[in-house]
Formats: sequence, structure tokens, C-alpha cells
Amino acid sequence: MSATILFWAATIAQIALAIAMVLASVRMIRGPRAQDRVLGLDALYSNSMLLLLVFSIRTGNPLYFEISLIIGTLGFVATVALAKFIMRGEVIE
Amino acid sequence: MNQASDLPLWAALLIAIFLLIGAGLTLIGSFGLYRLRSFYDRIHAPTLGTSWGTAGIVIASIVYFSVVESRLILHHLLIGAFVTVTTPVTLILLSRAALYRDRAENGPDIPLLEPPNNPSEVSSTEKESADSHNNTHTIEK
Repeated sequence: MSATILFWAATIAQIALAIAMVLASVRMIRGPRAQDRVLGLDALYSNSMLLLLVFSIRTGNPLYFEISLIIGTLGFVATVALAKFIMRGEVIE
Repeated sequence: MNQASDLPLWAALLIAIFLLIGAGLTLIGSFGLYRLRSFYDRIHAPTLGTSWGTAGIVIASIVYFSVVESRLILHHLLIGAFVTVTTPVTLILLSRAALYRDRAENGPDIPLLEPPNNPSEVSSTEKESADSHNNTHTIEK
């Protein structure tokens, strides 16, 4: 019983997060200006981080936690660098 | 799903509820990012996924691993704290960069610095006080 509940909840959560990733990447591809693309990339990073956490619940493997922590860190650094690039035109000055 | 059959029912229900809350809020936030019109509307939408979306999924994984390994496991809070701290920083940087670009190029939808005040709606006493305030302001200048 509890295995069934957990299986369906994880499946629905994974489908919802996958649709969210598709929407964020549509915004990243279409987005009329550069800042929209950066915002879409940021949302894509955070959605994939959450998707990996759901994977770790589903498989019971605690290794996915480290992957999702690394993705969160890299997403923060990437978005800050891209915002700096939009602001100044160069990242390291 | 190897250890999932050992879970008690209340834990499975709690995990399922928090998973669905988190994933649903993230989906709503990304839908807003896809759907809203201007950039300054869109920048609000994904924060739904980074606030309660992340919190729901982090709480679900804390409950799952604590029940499975039958001890308190809290290192998933690290992700929640990190995302909570870094999201406002990145979004403030990004919105200031976008505002800078829009002001430099005189873009179409720049948010106003102050809300526009309509002089016809201001009553006479308020107008007088505003005038006196303006006078003192000019004198001070």
C-alpha cells in the first residue's frame, strides 16, 4: 500500500517537474531578450535540482543529494555570471 | 523502490503530500514564467518553485530518509537553505541588469520609479499642504 502511494506520488511529481522543465526551456529558447533567456536557464537549473531530489526519493539512493547540491551551486554561479555579463558586457573586469 | 514497502502508511502519505505540493508549485511557477507578458512580471514566477517548491520536496526527502534509516537525517536542509539564500541575490542582480539595459535603450515596459499621482483627485487642503511643502522644498534648495 505505502509502496503504491509513494510510487504514484513520485511519478506524478516527476511528470510535473518534467513539464516545468519543458516550459522553462521553451522560455529560454523563445524568450524575446537576453534577460528572459537567463531567467529561463535559472528556472531550468532549479527544476532539474528538484527532479533529482525526487529521483533520490524514488530509488532510495542518497547519492542523488550530492548531485542536486552541485547543480544548485553551479546554477547560482552561472546566473550571477550571466547577470554580470548582461550588466557590463564582460564577466571578469 | 527497494525499501519503500517497509514504510508505515503515515510516512508514505506525508511524503506523497509534500512531493505533490512541491512539484505542483514548481509547475505553476514555470507555467507563469512561460505565460506572463513582460519580463518584470515573469521574474516573479519561478520564485514559487524556489520557495515552497523546494521546501516541499526537501521536507519529503527528509521524512523519507529519516524513516528509512530510522534516524534523523537533516542534510537535505542544506539545499533548502542554499536555494533560499541565493535566489534573491541572483534575481536582484538579474533584474537590476535588465532595468539598466531597458533604461539605456528606452525600452517599452520600464517600471515607474513612483506611482503616477493624478492632480485632479487631490483635495484642496492636500494641495495646499503639497504646495507649501513644495515651497519649503524650493527654499531649502
